Amino acid sequence: MTGVAIAGAAECDLGATGKTILELQTQAVTRALDDAGLTLADVDGIATNGISRFSATQLADWLGLQPSWCDSTFAGGAVFEMYVARAAQAIAAGQCGTVVISYASDQRSARRRGLTAVYDEGTPEAEWEAPYEPLYPISYYAMVAQRYLHVHGLNRADLASVAVAARARAQINPKAWTYGKGPLTVDDVLAAPQISSPLGRLDCCLVTDGGGAIVLTSLERARDLPKRPVEVLGYGEALTHTGMASEPDLLRTGAIDSGRRAFARAGLTPADIDVVQLYDSFTVSVPLGLEALGFAAPGEGLAVTTPHNTTGGGLAYCHPGQFGVLLLVEAVRQLRGECGDRQVPGASTALAHGTGGIFSSHATVILGADR
Amino acid sequence: MRIQHCTSCGSYQHHPRPICVTCGGDRPDEVEAAGTGTVDSFTVVHRAEKPYVLARVRLTEGPVVLTHLTGVPEPRCDQPVRLVEGSEPPVFTGSLFSGSCDGL
Repeated sequence: MTGVAIAGAAECDLGATGKTILELQTQAVTRALDDAGLTLADVDGIATNGISRFSATQLADWLGLQPSWCDSTFAGGAVFEMYVARAAQAIAAGQCGTVVISYASDQRSARRRGLTAVYDEGTPEAEWEAPYEPLYPISYYAMVAQRYLHVHGLNRADLASVAVAARARAQINPKAWTYGKGPLTVDDVLAAPQISSPLGRLDCCLVTDGGGAIVLTSLERARDLPKRPVEVLGYGEALTHTGMASEPDLLRTGAIDSGRRAFARAGLTPADIDVVQLYDSFTVSVPLGLEALGFAAPGEGLAVTTPHNTTGGGLAYCHPGQFGVLLLVEAVRQLRGECGDRQVPGASTALAHGTGGIFSSHATVILGADR
Repeated sequence: MRIQHCTSCGSYQHHPRPICVTCGGDRPDEVEAAGTGTVDSFTVVHRAEKPYVLARVRLTEGPVVLTHLTGVPEPRCDQPVRLVEGSEPPVFTGSLFSGSCDGL
């Protein structure tokens, strides 16, 4: 229990929007504030990235705000779960009262996405890994997948089932990029062009515009706002590596420690969680992540029955470069019972787990519907 | 290929750093690696003019290196490999035997 709650949550436009990052950010922030029954004048804390070198300050300037707290930590798609932890601490400490965590990308409209790594000059990766031309990030996830299949005696068709399930979930989410595109079959996934074996095109997350925002404030204050508060029950994170050769064990991801820390803080176990939102950057990320978080034994993540990735996830709903904020938006909606056809009946606890880079950073947030 | 060996705790590491990440010692030496290891994992990069095999090789000394496999038509996790002498950047090839393919 942190005494801090999420009072508002919203997506900006998703897909191929033709809008700029700041236009999409504005949508995300103002829609989330509307949802919370608050206005820009209430905001005194901002956490975001992906706009410019000074992302939080840039967004504050754009929105005409002069906040007393900000965070622009850059740690890939997991960082929004990290921002929740930082924001809960800042609110509890009294540094600020209302924080907006937001993100938006125009990567599809602006055709920004590249597969080749951009290695920062002077880093070990630039000197020791770049000469081998890995595709970034997919070649790392591909090696994780290869090892996963080898160790557990599985094959590509097993992983393909993750993409098939994601597409099926997206068929009941009208906001999903693949909504209305019909089901996928395992054969479709296996027949798609290989990119970095054993991963093919349909084992990879989408490349879309999109983003979202959430609004945090004290639980006490959130109880006076229109929507049912969603309390931050626990959080944890773990940072493990940047290089593709640094991590000794490809299958021992930071999600193990991140998850344990979050569960310990919340005083809960995986059996207590009603719905999981897990960063599905690639098909292999789903079973491996569910195992690391304690929802299944190693090698059994494909059989997990706890409802997860109810939007269709990064594989079938939306993937704007950093997906972590949308994991939180959906977790909040599930706990409020707002999800229509895809609603997990009676969901009262949710776990959102973000990953960044090449499984470099992990952050877990556990949320609970206020009773 | 050169790797670092810590004169304080005996650990090996790669890439080189001014400190030993195992014990914090500040006098790691450089030594010649045996040039042998096993494939931790690999991926065939298809999005390229000519596909190539990117791999993580666990050196006999312990550290993992990113490299290419050459002359290994059907790579396999855990298969033994050896350094191709004189290769720059260093690449590895099969040794002893090469087994079946792993979901290539």
